[in-house]
Amino acid sequence: MADSGVATRQRPGRIGDSVVRPDGREKVRGEFRFSSDLPVEGALWGATLRSVHPHARIKRLDVTPAWKIPGVEAIITADDVPGKSTYGLIFADQPVFASEVVRYVGEPLAAVAADHPETCRKALEAIIVEYELLDPLTDPERAVDGSHPPIHPDGNVIRHQRVLCGDPDATGPVVVEGFYEMGMQDQAFLGLEAALALPDPGGAGVELHVATQAMHEDLHQIAACLGLPEDKVRLILAGVGGAFGGREDLSLQVHTCLLALRTGRPVRVHYGREESFLGHIHRHPARMWMRHHATADGRIIKIEARFVLDGGAYASTSSAVLVNAVTHTQGPYVCENAVVDGWSVRTNNPPCGAMRGFGVVQACFAHEGQMDKLAAACGLSAVEIRLRNAMRTGDRLITGQVVENVAPVERCIRETDALPLPDEPIGGFGDDPMRLPGGAGLTADRGHIRRGIGWGVAIKNMMYSEGFDDYSTARCSLADGVATLKFATAEVGQGFVTIAQQIARTLLGVDDVQLDRIDTTIGSAGSTSASRQTWMSGGAVDMACRRVRERLFEHVGRMWSVDPIRLVVDGDSVVDSSDSSRRISVADATAGQRFEETAEYHHPPTEPLDENGQGDCHTAFAFVAHRAVVDVDPELGLVKVIQVATAQDIGVALNPLSVVGQLEGGIAQGLGLAVMEEIVMQDGKIRNPSFTDYLLPTFLDMPPVVASLIEEPDPRAPLGAKGIGEPPCISVTPAIVAAIRDAIGKDLSRVPVRPQDICL
Amino acid sequence: MAEFYSLRVNGVDREVVDAQLGESLLFVLRERLGLLGTKGACEQGECGSCSVLVDGELVCACLVLAAAQSGRDIVSIEGIAPAGVSTDVQQAFVDAGAVQCGFCTPGLVMAAHSLLERIVDPTDTEIREELSGNICRCTGYGRLVEAVANVAKTRIALGGNRG
Ligand code: FES
Ligand code: FES
Repeated sequence: MADSGVATRQRPGRIGDSVVRPDGREKVRGEFRFSSDLPVEGALWGATLRSVHPHARIKRLDVTPAWKIPGVEAIITADDVPGKSTYGLIFADQPVFASEVVRYVGEPLAAVAADHPETCRKALEAIIVEYELLDPLTDPERAVDGSHPPIHPDGNVIRHQRVLCGDPDATGPVVVEGFYEMGMQDQAFLGLEAALALPDPGGAGVELHVATQAMHEDLHQIAACLGLPEDKVRLILAGVGGAFGGREDLSLQVHTCLLALRTGRPVRVHYGREESFLGHIHRHPARMWMRHHATADGRIIKIEARFVLDGGAYASTSSAVLVNAVTHTQGPYVCENAVVDGWSVRTNNPPCGAMRGFGVVQACFAHEGQMDKLAAACGLSAVEIRLRNAMRTGDRLITGQVVENVAPVERCIRETDALPLPDEPIGGFGDDPMRLPGGAGLTADRGHIRRGIGWGVAIKNMMYSEGFDDYSTARCSLADGVATLKFATAEVGQGFVTIAQQIARTLLGVDDVQLDRIDTTIGSAGSTSASRQTWMSGGAVDMACRRVRERLFEHVGRMWSVDPIRLVVDGDSVVDSSDSSRRISVADATAGQRFEETAEYHHPPTEPLDENGQGDCHTAFAFVAHRAVVDVDPELGLVKVIQVATAQDIGVALNPLSVVGQLEGGIAQGLGLAVMEEIVMQDGKIRNPSFTDYLLPTFLDMPPVVASLIEEPDPRAPLGAKGIGEPPCISVTPAIVAAIRDAIGKDLSRVPVRPQDICL
Repeated sequence: MAEFYSLRVNGVDREVVDAQLGESLLFVLRERLGLLGTKGACEQGECGSCSVLVDGELVCACLVLAAAQSGRDIVSIEGIAPAGVSTDVQQAFVDAGAVQCGFCTPGLVMAAHSLLERIVDPTDTEIREELSGNICRCTGYGRLVEAVANVAKTRIALGGNRG
């Protein structure tokens, strides 16, 4: 962005440089402390008892046998929750501990604190629970059609949202339709849920060290459940080992605090991997139907669609995920007429909520399947059909909202198309079985392998929607040539800490930028989600630093008796732009001085959707295209992704190195969803809650990524930069599935694509 | 039942007191010896976060009993580099952007050192194959492969001088 306060001479570590992470050295040396790395003298271990049934009445919950186990210090149940008994990000419908009924397998019933994890395990085993089994609601369609009695006082439909736009009766000479289905994906962040709670003397308050995505969202919910004023609950961000949406909802926070307050001792709670699968929300499984009407030359006239998202037992963010799904039905394409109906519903499956892509992953898988059908029906290529319909700045969405952001959809497609295809033949250049689908162990026959190419293009909203003011706060202080930044922005691995330092260095001409502890002693930064922190917290840091720089210029202006407006930062100095011989280093100018400013960045207001799904509900949009090349063994049902090409609308590359990392990491998660990752449910139970059975992409599954970064600074973004976290994982999934379809000529409509879907 | 034994970790004999039977090497390193650099993300041998060297072999610390490692030479992430210095692998990870959340990182640093001991000039496929026991959920592996390849190249250029 144009900045009149900085001359062109820049020192390294500024915006646009590939700066390395400030925490990188600690992380490679094993010195970085994650939330699981916080031993404290005298701390107890906590553990959680969970329901083994998807739907049951609790007839008896008897904890007395657990008290007989030496080493047990506390046992708590619903009766011990002093404040609000339920919590939730949008609706407080989820009990801290189930009391009368359990609604999913894994729902917490009680928690214990003891001297050793093994003592905890024995205590949990000793607690007696008698259930009266109830008929579980596991088919989301039965929640939509109302044929199952309510499983929660709030009913079985979490939200129904229509989008009606233009002429509902419009039609065209070409009509294509399809059903699409998506399985339940897990965030599978590597750093398992863990927290340490330290009680204040007398139980007056509590300090919680936790890995979370949203410090203040946690704080509001935790304090309410503990029945404590918010200033008595202090959250400190402990090292976060990835998040991807899975730490947006509470998991162990309230339990850990309650155990600490009850025992008056520090308590650590660590989930194992199986408990993590039970203890956090997942990506919504979806059933979708779409019908596209188009002209003979492939221009979309109308889209009809139906979405059913399985929200599981509690609401979490299901209502917002649904809004994202239905409002992204059209994808990055122009469409004037639409009839869309969507439901997010309650079932006795595990609760679902935020995961990278948030509803748009589901919609994109369906609309991109449709675009390929439309291309086939019109005799056009996958690229041509998308170019013909590509949205531009100023186009109107089916919600009536005008896309005011930079919208380089056509450029995303063309630049992806221009990236080189892999030169490697099927099976690689040598005779290496590792280059074949299935690798060395599965002996795919080279002669049977077929190659396919597929496309996916996406639009993704950024920031929160529907009237939510998800502002961010940052403080900058400058003293003795050192800048210090303070914010509550959760660093979950994405690298905001790096960007924040770059912003301060660029604006203030200092090299040394200290980062204060991330905690709740400053105002909210909102959640690290919705691709929003670069924009929102970047905006807040930018604003705070600019205000500090104004103070610096005023100070130097007074020293030199010149108008501060003439001053600029040049290299490490403040310079008089009218007389460049006049300069003073920022270090000297701030010697013995301290300038401190706090700023809140708000995005422009949005509005809720009306009953017909009309309204300017989203804040901003970003775009991306993906092209995937796959080799498939149709007999063994094996897939090897050979290459992913992508062009992404990023606004500005604030840190090119971390942009590439976000692109590659997101693509890996989209690849996982395309061909391997699924939480398999049976009668409300997760059948594969382990890394042995829930398959994640490994080094061998991930192909090379060739990328083109599209830098068209967005004038609406404070730094010109768009959020880059989510788009990489959105359209790569349909691109990979389209490539498999292309290779084997089969109409695959469900992800993940399983071997049996290919070979049977 | 409490156990008493000693482990040789990073060149130092450490006594393990009050351990319960059946504690894994991962648990003992972290909770009894305070070596928190080794991480656990699955405790089933599936993710490699807990990788350590035992008598020079890469081992998942979550899968082996601590007490059974008496008399062996254990190297954890804390012992891979001299105090205050980073290894070439560690530096390459930082420089290549191979670190995001960092939870997989200590295990991957150990695995990469082990790989480069065995294969001086690995191909892309060899790097991927050798490291495929280590899951990283953040990076998509591209920068990690690049970091390891960079180290191999530099070591060869320096004529086998291991930094
Ligand atoms: S924790 Fe040992 S392999 Fe995952
Ligand atoms: S950097 Fe997060 S798991 Fe690898």
